Amino acid sequence: MLQIKNIAGGYQRRNIIENLSFIVEKGEMFGILGPNGSGKTTLLKMIGGLIPVRSGTIELEGKPLQAYSAKQLARKIASLPQNNTQMFDYTVWETVALGRYPFQRGFLKRLTYEDEQVIQQVMEFTNVTKLKHLSIKHLSGGEKQRVFLAQALAQNPSLLLLDEPTNHLDITYQKMLLDQLKKWTKSHGLTVVSIFHDINLASLYCDKMLLLKNGQSVLIDDPNAVLNEKTIHHVYDVSAIKQSHPEIARPQMMLSPEHKHDEKKVFTKGDVIQTKELIYVKAASPLKTLSSAVVGGGFGWHRHFVNRHVSTDDHVSGSQTEMINFLLDNGFSPNETIGMLTSSYVEDGVVEEWEEEGISIIIVVTASISHGADASKNMEKHEHVRAINTWMFINGHLSDQAFIEGMVTATEAKTKALFDEGIIDSATGSSAAEASMDSVLLAATQTGSLHHHAGTGATLGKLIAKGVYESTVKAIQNNKQRWTIND
Amino acid sequence: MQKRFTRMYSNNKHVVAYMVTVCFLVFSIFLGVSIGTFPISFFDILQMIGDALFHMGGNGSVDENTQNIVMSIRLPRVILAGLVGASLALAGASFQGLLQNPLADPYTLGVSSGASLGAVFVLFFGIHIPFFGFFTLPVASILTGFMTIIFVIFFAGMIDKAMRIETIVLTGIIMSSFLGALISFMIAMSGEELRQIVNWLLGSVSMRGWVYVMMLLPFFVVGSLLILANGTELNALAFGEEKAHQLGVNVKKRKLLILTSASILAGAAVAISGTIGFVGLVVPHLNRLLWGNDYRHLLPLSALFGAGFLILADLVSRTIMSPTELPIGVITALIGAPSFAFILMKQRMERRG
Repeated sequence: MLQIKNIAGGYQRRNIIENLSFIVEKGEMFGILGPNGSGKTTLLKMIGGLIPVRSGTIELEGKPLQAYSAKQLARKIASLPQNNTQMFDYTVWETVALGRYPFQRGFLKRLTYEDEQVIQQVMEFTNVTKLKHLSIKHLSGGEKQRVFLAQALAQNPSLLLLDEPTNHLDITYQKMLLDQLKKWTKSHGLTVVSIFHDINLASLYCDKMLLLKNGQSVLIDDPNAVLNEKTIHHVYDVSAIKQSHPEIARPQMMLSPEHKHDEKKVFTKGDVIQTKELIYVKAASPLKTLSSAVVGGGFGWHRHFVNRHVSTDDHVSGSQTEMINFLLDNGFSPNETIGMLTSSYVEDGVVEEWEEEGISIIIVVTASISHGADASKNMEKHEHVRAINTWMFINGHLSDQAFIEGMVTATEAKTKALFDEGIIDSATGSSAAEASMDSVLLAATQTGSLHHHAGTGATLGKLIAKGVYESTVKAIQNNKQRWTIND
Repeated sequence: MQKRFTRMYSNNKHVVAYMVTVCFLVFSIFLGVSIGTFPISFFDILQMIGDALFHMGGNGSVDENTQNIVMSIRLPRVILAGLVGASLALAGASFQGLLQNPLADPYTLGVSSGASLGAVFVLFFGIHIPFFGFFTLPVASILTGFMTIIFVIFFAGMIDKAMRIETIVLTGIIMSSFLGALISFMIAMSGEELRQIVNWLLGSVSMRGWVYVMMLLPFFVVGSLLILANGTELNALAFGEEKAHQLGVNVKKRKLLILTSASILAGAAVAISGTIGFVGLVVPHLNRLLWGNDYRHLLPLSALFGAGFLILADLVSRTIMSPTELPIGVITALIGAPSFAFILMKQRMERRG
C-alpha cells in the first residue's frame, strides 16, 4: 500500500526526517509515536505530499507520490489535521461536501447523485447527519472533529492520515473516533496512518507502530514489541512499567509520579482495632492489596479494611450491595475499603505481629469453626457456614509474583492448621481443605525493601507460613473455647 | 427523503437569494437612470427598453431629448458604476477567501493604492504604450496593483509566518501610505497634468461615457469569469492552504489564478474610477451574512449586489448636495467605515469566545 524508502526531508535547509524506511499494508492501522520534535508531523506531511521529499522515495500503490496530480492524490489520501481553523462559517453539509472536490469536473462543479450518496453515507457513519444545517462554528470540539472526519472520508480515500486525532477530545469521543476508524479499516479496507501522543491508546488500536526519535526510526513493530520498558525509556526518557490490559491482549505502559512514596508510615499491630462487631483498620496511606473479599476483591489499592460480624442468617443473604451500604453507613468509603464478612465473633480474632530479619508482618485471623464442628448434628446443610478470614499486612515492597506466592503460602499454612486442629468438612466428611466462605487479604505498604518472592523458600514466605499457621491455630482454639463455654 | 429535502432547502435558499439580488440591481438601475436634475419616469424608461428591443433604431414615443440624456449620460454612468461595483465586490470576496482574512479588500490590502500609483504614473508621464492604445491606463493599473498585492503578501509572510489577519492589513496600510506619498510627490511635481490627475484621483464614474465602459468591459469579463470558475477552490482555501491541498486543490496554480484575476478586476476598476474604498469589504460581508459563505453563490451574488450598491452610492453622491457632486468614495466610506468597525468588533468578540 505505502512504501517508504530511505526518505529525508524537512523545512528550509534542515532535514528533520532522515533515512527512514517502512511499509504500511492495506487495511492496517499504523501508529507514529515519538517525543515532541521527533518529526512525526513532518513525516505525515511528507506522506501527504505537503512537504517535498529531498531524497528517497514514497510509493503509494506502487506509484511514486510525485506521479499523482493534486486531484488524483486527494482521491487516494485524505488527512485529518490536528486543528482545523476557518475564518468563514460553513454549514456541516457544505463542509462535508467539499470532500467530493477531487471527483468534480467542469466549470460549475455540480454534485452528482453519487456524490450526494457518499456524503449522506459518511455523515451517517460519523453520526453528524443531524447537524447538517448547523454552522461548524457552533459545534463542540468533538462534533467538529467528526465533521472533518466525514469530509476526509467523503474523499473515499484508500489512505487516511491523522495527526493526533484525539487531541482536545474527551475520552468518549476519543474512543468513538478510534472505534469508528477501526471499523472502517475492516469494512472498507481503509489504511490509517496516525500520529499518537498517547502510547496506551495507540497500543489498543494500532496493528503496527513506528517509534521516532530525532527524525529517525527506533523501532517498527507490533504494540507488544514497541511497548517495552527499555525502548520507552530510551525514546521518551521516562520510566514506565509495562502491564497487560485487563481485557484484551494489548500492553499498556504505567507511569509513576516522582513523589509516590511520601507520607508513608510503617504499619503496626496498633493500627488494627477490634470491637464487638468489627475488626477494622484505617491506614494513613493506601496499601497495595490482593484479596478475595466481598468488597474490593482482586488487585487494588485500599486504605480501609473491615471484617464484619454477621449472624449466620445475615451471612447467607449478605450481598455485596448490603455490605456497601453497611460500609457507607459506618463512614467507610467503598472505593477505598476492603470489606469481608464473618459469622465468627470478631472479638475472638487474633491480631499478631511477626518480625524476622527486618521484615515485619501483621496477621489478623478470625475463625468460625464451631458451626462446622456442630454441623454433623445439624440437618440443614446450607446453613453450615464456616469462615476463616486471614489478613496479612506487610511492611515491604512486593512484586506481583510475591503477592501470588504469598497467597499460596498463606493458604497452605491455613490448611495445615485446620488439619492439625482436626477440622472436618461437614459436607464430605473428609478433612476440611478450605472453608467455603474463606477470604484472604494480602496487603503491602510497597515501601522499603523489595521482595520478589514470598514462597516458603524466601524469608518473607517463611514468616507468612509461620504467622498464618500459628494465628489460625490460635483463632480456632479461641472459637472452640467459646462454644465449650456456651455448651 | 431527507436528501431531497436538503437539496430543495439549499436550492430554494439560493433561488430566493438570486431573485432578491437581481430585483435589487434592476431597481437600482431604474433609480439611477430615473433620478437627476432632469427626472425621467420609470414609464419612459420601460418604453425606451421596449423600443430598443422591438423597433431597433426606430423613433419611439419618448422624446429625443430624454433619449439623449439616458443614452449618453445616465445609462453609461449607471453601467460603469455597476461594473466597478461588481469588480470591487468580486475582488474583495476573493481576496478574503484566498487569505482567509475577513478584513481583506482591494483597499485595505493596498491594491487600490498600487493601481492608483500606476495610473498617476501613466498620466504624469503622459505614457502611451503603442500596442495597448487607450488600454494603457488600465493595464498599468492592473500591473502595479498586482505587484502591490504580491509585495504585501511576501512582506507579511516574512515578518509573520502565520500571516495573521492584522499583519496583512497593517502591511497593506503601510503600503498604502507609502504609495500615497509617492502619488503626492508626483502631484507636487506635476504642472500641466495636475488637473487631469486630481480629477481622476477624486474617483468618480461621472462624465466617463461609453468609452470607459468599453475600456473596463474586457477586463471585467475575463476577471470575473476566472474568479467565478474558482468558487469551489475558494471554498477549500477558506479552510487553509494545507487543507485545500489535502482536498485536491492545486494550491499554487489556483492561488496565482485567483490573485491575478482579482488584481485584474481591482486594477481595472481603479483605473476607471479612482480609489473607491470599502465596497470590496462591505458587500461580500453583507452577502455572507444573508446567504452564507459558499463561494459558488457568494461570488455571483456579491457581484450583482455590488453593482446595485455602487449605482445607488453614485446616485446619492450626485443628488444629495445637488448641484454639487460629491466624490463617490465619500459615500462608500461613510457606509463602509462603520461596517468595517462592526466586522472587526464582531470578530474580536468571537475570538474571545
